Amino acid sequence: MYVIVAGGGKVGANVARSLMRLGHELTLIEQRRDRFERLEDEFEHQVQRGDATELFVLERAGIARPPDIVLALTGDDEDNMVICQLAKEKYGVPKVIARVNDPRNQAHFDLLGISPTICATSSIMAMVEHEVPEHELIHLLELRKENLEIVEVQIDRDSPSAGKRVEKLELPEGARLISVMREGKAEIAVGSTTLEAGDQVLAILEPGKEDELRRVLLRA
Amino acid sequence: MKAVVIGCGRVGSSISLQLQREGWDVSVVDENEDALSRLGEHWPGVFLVGHGMDTDLLREAGIEEADAVVVATDGDNTNIVIGQVAQKRFGVGCVVTRVLDPARARLYRERGMRTISPTEVAIGELMEAVRACEVPTPTQVVHR
Repeated sequence: MYVIVAGGGKVGANVARSLMRLGHELTLIEQRRDRFERLEDEFEHQVQRGDATELFVLERAGIARPPDIVLALTGDDEDNMVICQLAKEKYGVPKVIARVNDPRNQAHFDLLGISPTICATSSIMAMVEHEVPEHELIHLLELRKENLEIVEVQIDRDSPSAGKRVEKLELPEGARLISVMREGKAEIAVGSTTLEAGDQVLAILEPGKEDELRRVLLRA
Repeated sequence: MKAVVIGCGRVGSSISLQLQREGWDVSVVDENEDALSRLGEHWPGVFLVGHGMDTDLLREAGIEEADAVVVATDGDNTNIVIGQVAQKRFGVGCVVTRVLDPARARLYRERGMRTISPTEVAIGELMEAVRACEVPTPTQVVHR
């Protein structure tokens, strides 16, 4: 596979290193001279110096081939957005993956149709929420392209769904239960599965259906 | 008529002052509060401190009612993104975006943005100025 990695900071350099180890062909692009010089010792001809939002820099890195994947991993969200737009729309790169530095910029990535994105802050927050013992509904995964999301719901004693079979629940249209985790063991949720207090239930649903799902599972 | 100007450097501030003199209702956004001084001592319009990528701030500046948005921060990619946000998210009909790099300015122009590249303009003007000089054409130069 041929990959262009834009941004040679901690994230970009480590991703490039891993890809190289897996035997992939790649070009790493880094703008800062000090960083570039350090990277050159390790990556030799596979690192190029330049601004990856400049067309000639991307072309020098072989974007017109085009690569199988472009990874926009710089520390600047606007740069990452422009790199992805150029790669996809001008050069027809089939897959781009963007790093989101500031979670508040996620909406802009979405607006410009840049997907998938990865944001460390959001991932950490999702994990923290997961650890909170009395969380009710948390988002685990957003499948933007599919317009679906996977959430986790914790059933408690007062939940209207506790003691009910899945087939008896009036789940909203566009929502399904995936699995039930009980005492450390997960099972696929089927019609005959009975929910109990303490269960952690995974559900897949269309964004915006959370409230309806909450109503059915958590409170009447 | 309402205009929002993002970036209050030399370009943004001059445009803001000119629009205001022409009767526009102008809101200016800049990251640096010192930029207000570029608008003179009695700026009658709105001036907000913050980043142009912040949609709440843009709303506060009145982007939802704006007839025109001028994006002129010192970052090409920042301008390209804000310009698209103004156009696509807020549906502003007239969005003018400054992009110094002629290559990116051209590309986004082809994709329906109103981009202006001062570099492109300068190259054109400089070339015109050179052509306007009265110099002997190369064939007239006599080598001794």
